[in-house]
Amino acid sequence: MSIFRFFSKQSSAPTARERLQVLLAHERASVGQSDLVAVLREEILAVIAKHVQVDRDRVSVKMDRGEHVTTLEVDIEIPITAGVRAA
Amino acid sequence: MAKVVVVTSGKGGVGKTTSTAALGAALAQRNEKTVVVDFDVGLRNLDLVMGAERRVVYDLVNVIQGDAKLTQAMIRDKRLETLFLLPASQTRDKDALTPEGVERVMDELKKHFDWIICDSPAGIERGATLAMRHADVAVVVTNPEVSSVRDSDRIIGLLDAKTERAERGERVEKHLLLTRYDAVRAERGDMLKVDDVLEILSIPLIGIVPESADVLKASNLGAPVTLADSRSAPAIAYLDAARRLAGETLPITIPGEKRGFLGKIFGRRAA
Repeated sequence: MSIFRFFSKQSSAPTARERLQVLLAHERASVGQSDLVAVLREEILAVIAKHVQVDRDRVSVKMDRGEHVTTLEVDIEIPITAGVRAA
Repeated sequence: MAKVVVVTSGKGGVGKTTSTAALGAALAQRNEKTVVVDFDVGLRNLDLVMGAERRVVYDLVNVIQGDAKLTQAMIRDKRLETLFLLPASQTRDKDALTPEGVERVMDELKKHFDWIICDSPAGIERGATLAMRHADVAVVVTNPEVSSVRDSDRIIGLLDAKTERAERGERVEKHLLLTRYDAVRAERGDMLKVDDVLEILSIPLIGIVPESADVLKASNLGAPVTLADSRSAPAIAYLDAARRLAGETLPITIPGEKRGFLGKIFGRRAA
């Protein structure tokens, strides 16, 4: 086992360096708007709640900050019984 | 003209207090009148690292609140007569520091010293922001490790925003002090290299202090590492860094990198 590890040795420092570069690029850009995710979550929910009933505990917001693109994933469970509200 | 230096990092445990003591002593060894000021109110340790813990009578908070004069609170080092310590309070919390009080103390210190070295507490709250508030120069202490680098980046941002100099539209001179560096592990690819950290933080390097048993030994004895054994590798790194702080230009060497063939083999195995 250890001999395999010796030959397929992968260094961890380049990974550390890359993770830091991506993270800090985002953190430097977003000074003062650190609660952006929370703001987006509230506003998106408000829009959806206008039309359907939403259980606030069944909402998940995920953010993935990549090197070039950031994705925001909002997953809202709408129960079948909720019904669409009258416009 | 007095120079105010803040030794800061954001993250705890990276070597701020060790570096403050070592740099302060190194500057005092150059015959320049130096005071090291502990801003870590409630968790003071600079007195202990300097070996003056039994001589503390008054502290920074006493001076700020007018209970003691500055001259009464300052402790002269027993080994170097150009070196002084202004301890922090152990019984109060960091709210006992007021911006006006700190300003008064700093103005008074500037009249008497060549160097005022402020040892910042960890974090980014009151103690840390007040420690950096009056700085002309910042020494950002960083370990070659992801959380330390991230926190240093944050602190660099604060130095550019929350200091008196920044508010006047001037710049705080910022220097990177890389501590606990292990050249063998970096060469093997298991630790961020000097160049990696420099590229990410993009501030000039003032020194590289190697990971070394001499640092713990010195703090066990209550002596700044530059005084405990001035020929040890970390002492040399701090003495050189102090010379660079004072404006000298000297090439930066990476401690522990110039190993012979045998040294390489055994060094790798040992680590």
